[in-house]
Amino acid sequence: MVQAQPPMSEPLLTLNAMHTHIGQFHILQGVDMVVPRGGVSALLGRNGAGKTTTLRTIMGLWPASQGSIRFDGKEIGKLTTPAIAQSGIAYVPESMAIFSALTVKENLYLAAREGEMDSVRLEWIFGFFPALKKFWNYPAGNLSGGQKQMVAIARAIVEPRKLLLIDEPTKGLAPAIVHNLIAAFRELKTTDTTILLVEQNFSFVSALADHVAVMDDGRIVHAGAMRDLAEDQKLQQRLLGLSLDSHQ
Amino acid sequence: MLKHLLSDDLPRSRFLTVLLVLILFGLAFAPFITSGARPLNTAATICVYIVLVASYDLLLGYTGIVSFAHTMFFGIGAYGIGLGLASAGPFWWIAFSGLLCALLLTILLALIVGLFALRVRAIFYAMITLAVASSFAVLASQLSDLTGGEDGKTFSVPALLSPSFHLFENEVFGRIIDGKVITYYLVFGVALMLFLFLLRVVNSPFGRVLQAIRENEFRAEALGYQTIYYRIAANCLAALVAALAGALMALWLRYVGPKTMLGFEVMTDILLIVVIGGMGTMYGAVVGAALFMLAQNYLKTLMLQASSALVGVPFLAEALHPDRWMLWLGVMFVVSVYCFPAGIVGKLRST
Repeated sequence: MVQAQPPMSEPLLTLNAMHTHIGQFHILQGVDMVVPRGGVSALLGRNGAGKTTTLRTIMGLWPASQGSIRFDGKEIGKLTTPAIAQSGIAYVPESMAIFSALTVKENLYLAAREGEMDSVRLEWIFGFFPALKKFWNYPAGNLSGGQKQMVAIARAIVEPRKLLLIDEPTKGLAPAIVHNLIAAFRELKTTDTTILLVEQNFSFVSALADHVAVMDDGRIVHAGAMRDLAEDQKLQQRLLGLSLDSHQ
Repeated sequence: MLKHLLSDDLPRSRFLTVLLVLILFGLAFAPFITSGARPLNTAATICVYIVLVASYDLLLGYTGIVSFAHTMFFGIGAYGIGLGLASAGPFWWIAFSGLLCALLLTILLALIVGLFALRVRAIFYAMITLAVASSFAVLASQLSDLTGGEDGKTFSVPALLSPSFHLFENEVFGRIIDGKVITYYLVFGVALMLFLFLLRVVNSPFGRVLQAIRENEFRAEALGYQTIYYRIAANCLAALVAALAGALMALWLRYVGPKTMLGFEVMTDILLIVVIGGMGTMYGAVVGAALFMLAQNYLKTLMLQASSALVGVPFLAEALHPDRWMLWLGVMFVVSVYCFPAGIVGKLRST
């Protein structure tokens, strides 16, 4: 259970005994997890542990075969993906999921379901992703990997959302861009948005996250405060097979 | 003003701009810069095909839906107006009633096909539309009492559009303004409005969602869009515009028949024009339809002249014999697809 401090209110997201089957494979085998309101929660684990499947199941892209998903006090496990998105969850997949034939502007407009984009919020986004302003009318497919990731994240935050699900945002990015992302996420932490981050880059996660959960073989095997995991190298080695020193 | 008219979707290529202006002026003044029935017939067919292909581009190029039912909707529009005028007489209210019935049938069929078939995978949807369109064509041929069967039906149009009607006694710029010229301008005007409407649609928030669906349907859903509704809406809209194009064609020809309106050749022509012009560009429909129709109507004549000029030259005179025009048309398309994989407009915009 991801509960660094006792929650002051009802958790934003609660996964209870969540199972997911993909074809004949039983990927998630009873995931129990709580994401408190506010701050950054991280979901760690080795490749194939089920982190991405967890995010996709929350979004309804792969339906849960068993268990419940409660978001903001409502059961969302049986809703369709668009209905889940409309309830206030934004999802940034790991593959720089932009619409490459559309311009940066059009990509962001797509996410602004209310119609027009809030210019103040847009300037706020440009503040930590200046490249987006520069390439505003360029096809997003022509941007570099880092810039595409910026478009994908900007699209998720162009309108206020209650929960951001972000899958490996630093994958394949240069260190300088990773630093920009850390700054952007720190800025986001000051807003009402809660972030659930799936990441392999431990130093990135430890710089941002307040709470952490570790997955293995489709189950949560550890949950607690990020600070506790970051300071306990033995625990890191046991859970993740790494030490913090090697990632700094 | 022009930017607004074109919904901010400018040609973005100097050569393409020149080409589009030439086509626009050519079509706008076709009755006065040409003589005889054949050039005007070609120009009217280009106008109709621009609309028909642009509506198909909304489906294929912008939404990624492969449908073979487009000719069915084209045929419904044509038969609606044609059968109305043939059975009840050449009156405007009959033409409008026939058109209205055709549009209602179109939206009903597009909704049914969309609701039942757009949930399945792309290839199955294509197969279902092919089956529905083929059934409809067979039905139109077999209901000969109503539709005229394989022979189709000729009909009279309202007096204003009849060739015997003369608007002025004297010629204007060397041409008598008769009902045929008036019909041409009706076709041209409606085609222009429908094209600008489609340009507005694809550049609207609705059009952006369609493009997002084409690129990745799951991503569009993850943004909160019920993609099935958008796909059905695109299907209905494209079908309605295709039906209107069919009505224009019927008015122009004063004839409806299964081969001209519902034949699979019409579908292959649409597909070829979309690919040659450039998918997902709208302007591709204009350039593609103009080039295709000019080639289809004048290649044979050009080859006859070339063959006559090359009499005595072995092989070439035979190769360019007018009977082989279909072969050369095919070669031209293969070359054009090879040279312009993104279509002519795609190529022009990228250079």
